[in-house]
Formats: sequence, structure tokens, C-alpha cells
Amino acid sequence: MANQVCFRNNHLENSWTLEAYQSNGGYEVLKKILSEKTPAEELIEDIKLSNLRGRGGAGFPTGIKWSFMPRNAPGQKYIVCNSDEGEPGTCKDRDILRYNPHQLIEGMIIAGYCIGASAGYNYIRGEFWEPYSRFESALEEARAAGILGENIFGSGFDFTLDAHLGAGAYVCGEETALLNSIEGKKGQPRFKPPFPAGFGLYGRPTTINNTESLASIPVILAKGGQWFLDLGLPSAGGEKLFSVSGHVNKPGNYEVPMGTPFSELLEMAGGVREGHQLKAVIPGGSSTPVVPGEQMMEVNMDYDSIAAAGSMLGAGSVIVIDETACMPRILERLSYFYYEESCGQCTPCREGTGWLYRVLQRIEAGNGSNEDLDLLDNVASNIEGNTICALGDAAAMPVRSFLKHYRDEFQYHIDHSTCMVKSDW
Amino acid sequence: MSAELISETSRADIDRWVAKYPEDQKQSAAMAALRIVQDQNGGHLTQELMDAVAEYLQMPAIHVYEVATFYSMYEHKPQGKHKLCVCTNISCMLRNSKQVVDHLQERLNIGFGEVTEDGLFSLKEVECLGACVNAPVMQVGEHYHEHLDPAKIDELLDALRKEG
Repeated sequence: MANQVCFRNNHLENSWTLEAYQSNGGYEVLKKILSEKTPAEELIEDIKLSNLRGRGGAGFPTGIKWSFMPRNAPGQKYIVCNSDEGEPGTCKDRDILRYNPHQLIEGMIIAGYCIGASAGYNYIRGEFWEPYSRFESALEEARAAGILGENIFGSGFDFTLDAHLGAGAYVCGEETALLNSIEGKKGQPRFKPPFPAGFGLYGRPTTINNTESLASIPVILAKGGQWFLDLGLPSAGGEKLFSVSGHVNKPGNYEVPMGTPFSELLEMAGGVREGHQLKAVIPGGSSTPVVPGEQMMEVNMDYDSIAAAGSMLGAGSVIVIDETACMPRILERLSYFYYEESCGQCTPCREGTGWLYRVLQRIEAGNGSNEDLDLLDNVASNIEGNTICALGDAAAMPVRSFLKHYRDEFQYHIDHSTCMVKSDW
Repeated sequence: MSAELISETSRADIDRWVAKYPEDQKQSAAMAALRIVQDQNGGHLTQELMDAVAEYLQMPAIHVYEVATFYSMYEHKPQGKHKLCVCTNISCMLRNSKQVVDHLQERLNIGFGEVTEDGLFSLKEVECLGACVNAPVMQVGEHYHEHLDPAKIDELLDALRKEG
């Protein structure tokens, strides 16, 4: 089974249009909820039953997150969608925006109903102009059809939804940086607590969910939390989008059940590119620890199985690496990324990411010394746990895992001033 | 009155963004406003334009400078008419983005951060564009160009040259 949730409409012609979406049952569950005035608590219970876990990377159960909102408190509350997809290796939300934007809109309206919010924003990264335009067109269609705005479907429920465009900053994927960015500020993360459910956008109670999480909601409520749970595992319900990139024959986004063996996913992606062997896999996006290939072949694509292999499911961004890869060169590039994207607010991250990059650069250039490997470990451990947001940890984790599994390649660089493995790319 | 630097078309566009946010939260439109005036100015910001945005949105100029220097898509020096943004992050790297970069630098005879003599192209190294399964990827204006190889790049450069 595949393509049951977020990609369920992708086979339709012009799947992004209101007409196509409604031809496959789109907006029916919203209509039902609003006309029957289903109690929000009941809907949230169904989401909890589904065990939908946040698709942005942290894996926090969506139903529980929604129950934190003071839904009956007076005043404005917000639902915010995080479409600031920027973790290297991740490109699934882009396809939801491009091919199934109405399902996201329906999910956001239902979310608003459940948490007591009458307004929402979808934060789309600035580079995504094409997906943004698709989403804006879908908003226009929905407004014209009376699905957004005042008195939706004549139910008395009001909900407005707008898109906000970023302008290039990985850190805005962090939810409080994202809120600051919507407020027209630098995208620097806020200290927590207070949490967004108490003090969020414009200081009002706010829930932030990932695009894929919100787009899953209409299908879960139409078919039932139990149905969704049964698609996946008791520990993590549903199907999940996996972006498989790198050295495979058919890179692509694949929506498969939680718990699908990695070996099956690799096969769907056409296997490792012709004439080459699997060396390593980064299973959840660039911030998650690298796993050696043979170990990965025994792993299933779910939180627990990947955690047992020492890594994380993250956003489901599977980066496949074959035997031609020089691991120090890859880590140097990743470290440059975190150095470039650190917002500069916390000293350990601002300074530490620079140290990591400079040390890796000299190792890769053949000027490393024997002390450098311990120095890398030391700098990484001084960043970990010492920053406001997770970007610092995200910078440190790849360093730790690359050194753990491929220390010999780094040592070779130091000893011989050249790569142990010569890449043809 | 520096806000007069903002063209009428740009103002109308900024106003559409202001309308998305609560009435007392005009500052939320700052990011969109900076993008709009940058486009109006042919691809980069100036202090006068940042001041104009501050005045138009009634916010302190320092807040506009902060935003304009925090996000990577704002430029502070002249760019080519076509800004070629090449991703070299991990998924693109594994699919030979180095070949893309080498070919572009050779064809255009410029490095990252430079503009061709005719002012037509500038080259920029960017972080993950979020299209990793179609690597290697480059963004030009509003569009992504995917699965790049030298032949595709040549075709694109020729098309952009014709466009002028």
C-alpha cells in the first residue's frame, strides 16, 4: 500500500485544483464537521488515536499538541503551518503544496476549528515561489467557493488563511523563529517557556504544525483515527512521505507505511545507482546521525527502529551514499551549512559551528593534525544542549556520527593529506 | 520623503501584503516589501530603499536593516539581470553539483558572488533549495531548474541570453 494520505490525489489530472480535489471527496469531512458541529474534543481524541506524530522532524503527537491550546480562552488564537522546508535532503512539503494544496487548506481549517483559532498562516520558504503561487491560487479558489472566510458552508464558523513568504533562512524552520519571521523580524528562535500555545504569534496562543501533518488531518478524520493507526505501527500511525535522494537510480518522494523496511524503500527508489554499492545512509535529513549501509539494510523506517540504529527518523529525508563518497568532504559541506545558517544568537552555536567548519576544512584540505579529531568531538560536545534551539545540536550530531563510523577516513586525510576515497563527483 | 522611492505598482503590491496581517501588525509585511522593492530596483537593495520601506510601514529603520541583512535572498550589491542560485548542499553534491558549478563558471567566466561584464548573469552558491530528489538544482528568478547537466545548462543560458 502506498499514497493513501498526502499523495492520495496526485494521480488526478490538475490535482491542485478545487475541482479535482472535490472529485475525490475533498472538503466533505470539513462540511460534515461544521454542519454536525462535532465537538472539538471528539476530533482531537480521534487524532490522538491515530497516533499521527509531527512530520516536521520532532515526531511529537499532533493530537496531544492540539490539546495544549486554551481553545476556549477569549481573544485571537492562531494556527500556523510550517512550510519552511529547508533541512538538506527534505523536499516532501513542496510536493504537497504543488500537487495537493487544498488538502492542506482543509487540514488547516479543521485545525483552526479544533484549537479555537479563526485565523491561520502558512509560512512558505522564500525560494518556493512556484509552490507558493500554487497555494495562493488554491486559497483564491477556496475563498470564492465560500470554504474560507466568514460563515463557512453556512455554519457560522469563520476562518481566514493567508500565506507568508520567507526570504532564505534555515533557522526559520524552528517554530518560534518562524513566528518572529511572520512578525517581520529577524528569524531568531525565542526562549521557551513560554511555549507558543500560551504566547505565540503576536503574543497570542498559537499552534504550529508541519505541512504534512496538517495535510494528513482531513484523511484521518474522514476514515477514522483507527484506520490511520492501522496503516502504520502502534508507536507511529499512518503512512509517511520519504524523500529519497543521493546515489539511487530513482530519487523521489515516496509515501509508504511507517515501519516499511529500508531495503524496500531503497528498492522503490530503484536501488543504489548502477554499478555501485551502498556505503552509508543519512535517514532523516542532514542533522540526523549517519548510519553505515549494512546496518541500515536491517532497519525499518520508523522512530524506534532507526533510534535503535543510533539515528533519527527526522523529516523522513533519506540521503543514500555509495562507496565513491569521501566522508570528510561530505561532513565539511554539512558543517559549512550549519555555520552559514546559525542565527548567531547563542555563543556555543555561533562560535562552535565556525570552529567545526574551519577544522574540517583544514582536514579536508590536507592540513589537519592529530589533535583535530579530538578537537571536533570537544567542540561538538560543547555545543550540544547549550543552545536555545536545536540548530546547535543539529550541527553537532553529524560530526559525532561521522567520526564514530568513519574515523579511519578522517585519520587517513590527516596522515596522507589526501582522500582515502576518490569521488567522481 | 523617502517612501516616494517606492513605485506605485510596488506600493499596490505591498498593500496586498499588509492586508494579510492584523491592522496593528504592519511590520509583518516588511519581508515582502523588501523583496518587492529589491525587484523594483533590478535585484538589490540600497539604504534609501530600506529607509523607504521603514517609512512606508512606519517601523524603525534599524528593524528593516536587521531583516534585510538576516535573510539570504536580499542582496546589497548589484546583481546580474539573471541571478543563478546553485545549490551545492549534500543531495546536490552527491549528484555532481560540482560539475554544474564548474560548467557555469567556465561558460560565464565568473566566480560566486560576481557579475558578468554584460551585466546579464550573476552566480550565487546557495544552501539546500528543498528539491533534493531532483538534484542537482539551481534557482533562476522564480523558477527551479532540476536534474542539471552541462547540456541543460547550455540550453538554459542560451534561452536567457535571447531573453536579454
